[in-house]
Amino acid sequence: MRQFEREQGLVAPLDRANVDTDLIIPKQFLKSIKRTGFGVNLFDELRYLDEGYPGQDVASRPLNPDFVLNQPRYQGASVLLARRNFGCGSSREHAPWALEDFGFRVVIAPSFADIFYNNAFKNGILLVTLDEDTVDRLFKAVEANEGYRLDVDLENQRVTTPEGEVLEFEVDAFRKHCLLNGLDDIGITLQDEDAIRDFEAKHRASRPWLFRDKVSA
Amino acid sequence: MAGQTLYDKLWSQHLVKERDDGTALIYIDRQLLHEVTSPQAFEGLRLANRKPWRLDANLATPDHNVPTTVIERAEGNAGIKDPVSLIQVQTLDDNCASFGIEEFKINDARQGIVHVVGPEQGATLPGMTVVCGDSHTATHGAFAALAHGIGTSEVEHVLATQCLLAQKMKNMQVRVEGELGVGVTAKDVVLAIIGRIGTAGGTGYAIEFAGSAIQSLSMEGRMTVCNMAIEAGARVGLIAVDDTTIEYLAERPYAPTAEQWDAAVADWRGLVSDADAAFDKVVEIDAASIEPQVSWGTSPEMVTGISGEVPDPADAADDTVKRGYTRALEYMGLAPKQKITDIRLDKVFIGSCTNSRIEDLREAAKVAKGKKVAGSIQLAMVVPGSGLVKRQAEAEGLDKIFTEAGFEWREPGCSMCLAMNADKLGAGEHCASTSNRNFEGRQGYGGRTHLVSPAMAAAAAIAGHFVDVRQLDVRSFDTPSTAQEA
Ligand code: SF4
Repeated sequence: MRQFEREQGLVAPLDRANVDTDLIIPKQFLKSIKRTGFGVNLFDELRYLDEGYPGQDVASRPLNPDFVLNQPRYQGASVLLARRNFGCGSSREHAPWALEDFGFRVVIAPSFADIFYNNAFKNGILLVTLDEDTVDRLFKAVEANEGYRLDVDLENQRVTTPEGEVLEFEVDAFRKHCLLNGLDDIGITLQDEDAIRDFEAKHRASRPWLFRDKVSA
Repeated sequence: MAGQTLYDKLWSQHLVKERDDGTALIYIDRQLLHEVTSPQAFEGLRLANRKPWRLDANLATPDHNVPTTVIERAEGNAGIKDPVSLIQVQTLDDNCASFGIEEFKINDARQGIVHVVGPEQGATLPGMTVVCGDSHTATHGAFAALAHGIGTSEVEHVLATQCLLAQKMKNMQVRVEGELGVGVTAKDVVLAIIGRIGTAGGTGYAIEFAGSAIQSLSMEGRMTVCNMAIEAGARVGLIAVDDTTIEYLAERPYAPTAEQWDAAVADWRGLVSDADAAFDKVVEIDAASIEPQVSWGTSPEMVTGISGEVPDPADAADDTVKRGYTRALEYMGLAPKQKITDIRLDKVFIGSCTNSRIEDLREAAKVAKGKKVAGSIQLAMVVPGSGLVKRQAEAEGLDKIFTEAGFEWREPGCSMCLAMNADKLGAGEHCASTSNRNFEGRQGYGGRTHLVSPAMAAAAAIAGHFVDVRQLDVRSFDTPSTAQEA
């Protein structure tokens, strides 16, 4: 997994609540068996005026000029500012893959859906939860100031605004540790291999019907 | 000391290790796999030179991409016209073959939507932890199994370690007490719950559905309710074990047999919340107050009763909600205060992991029997959830009822729930759908989804617009309602 320490990035505002994973990456792009290449189809239905399909040359597609990520001032943004319940809907990890592939390293919102939250951290994307009023203020500041950047510091768990205001955020210790060190959590779990084997043996003894390999047919 | 909730019990029965950082390792008993969210997980295993920890915990079937017409399905994988979809299904076949994982392939009679197949086979059992790279895994909680939807990295993690890294959720109880009205089904109950608590109302919680109205539901109905827990933001939905649960599981192919059955049943009987268990949040709903539901917007919480109307954004509680309503009405092509019964439909879809089980098809067939789909409906389709559901429905003559009424009778799969295969809505088309998500573009680019129960969908197909199924002259017909799927 890609490491994350600090991001001093341009902020793009996506002003709508309940942005679901179908909106982040529509299902036709889920047919890929790869993990990369989803960035060009991030927010596909909002970003383009026509219907997208996999394998298409996006350069020839008509862009929706009203969509925020298409506006010149937000080109190169790496911090996405969003509203409540971001990432609701399906478990598709293609959503964080698309955000990451597009260039987002941080999403800031008042709340995130559970599965998306997990998936994002496993792909090197930092999700920052700030209260509704603060997010609202940031929206106003981003819209009012072209080139608005935020400094997101994971180690110290704080976001610093261009005005020097410091916004602290919570993140659990394990996710932070993995993100700061770019760790693969399968490797970490396998360090507990013995504990898993012990548990499994006891579990099998007390509930043998959960194990089909030993159950005689 | 307060007692334990059902969720607390399942959690502690699977806790391998609590770690200092606040996460826990949870042992996983069953992983269901399908073609969309597994290829990158298998690829990850291969790249790291890892093997699946325990093969018999896994069961796979393709469902999202499979075509549903009889002609295409006769050709097996070769009938998948879209080359990208074909590769995905073939990749699942190849991965299962090379790693040694059991798979119900495209034309196996047991193939179907993962969340229909697992319970139907008895591969989902009470007291299990069940995961799948699919958010509707909550469905399996109807059996008092701790079931989570997970992402692809987690699919790989479970394959490699038989464990999931998790954090304990909070406990919520949703109690639905009293008797449901005639024509009011499990789908209406869960839509009403989501309408009440919102799509983020359950975020961070495991929801246990309880109360006399929930207990009165069949296993099919309970699965419908738990299926949509995720639409209320909860990864986990649960219902306690009772006789209905145990009767359903008897003699399922993967269920325990002989003396193990008795031991298992004794164990399962304990899978209920203790009377003095404490919940972090309790929501109570009066069953009698629930009427058949119809969603009008682009989020499952945008729902109302059949006698209701589309809201006016001017009445919204705050600015974010107001913008959401305005945008939804624009996308859906509806006017503020329009009556729900005035919404005209173009297509009707009866299927999906929410409502494609035998009981769902029986309810729809009761309404459709002897009637005709309205001429203004371009397509009304019924897609059974699995090959075995299809076979059972045909044995009961339901397929005839549907086809005589003008519905198309299809082969099992996810179909127009998500429109990854050829079954889609066109831009601007309104669809009465028994699926679970009405997000923009979900059933096809520009498509407009209204979530309803199977009976309401069938009634809408016949009327051409939404009607109150309670006011229809529903002729009863005899059905072997307790018959087991073969
Ligand atoms: S039927 Fe729909 S919701 Fe269910 S698994 Fe398939 S695509 Fe997902």
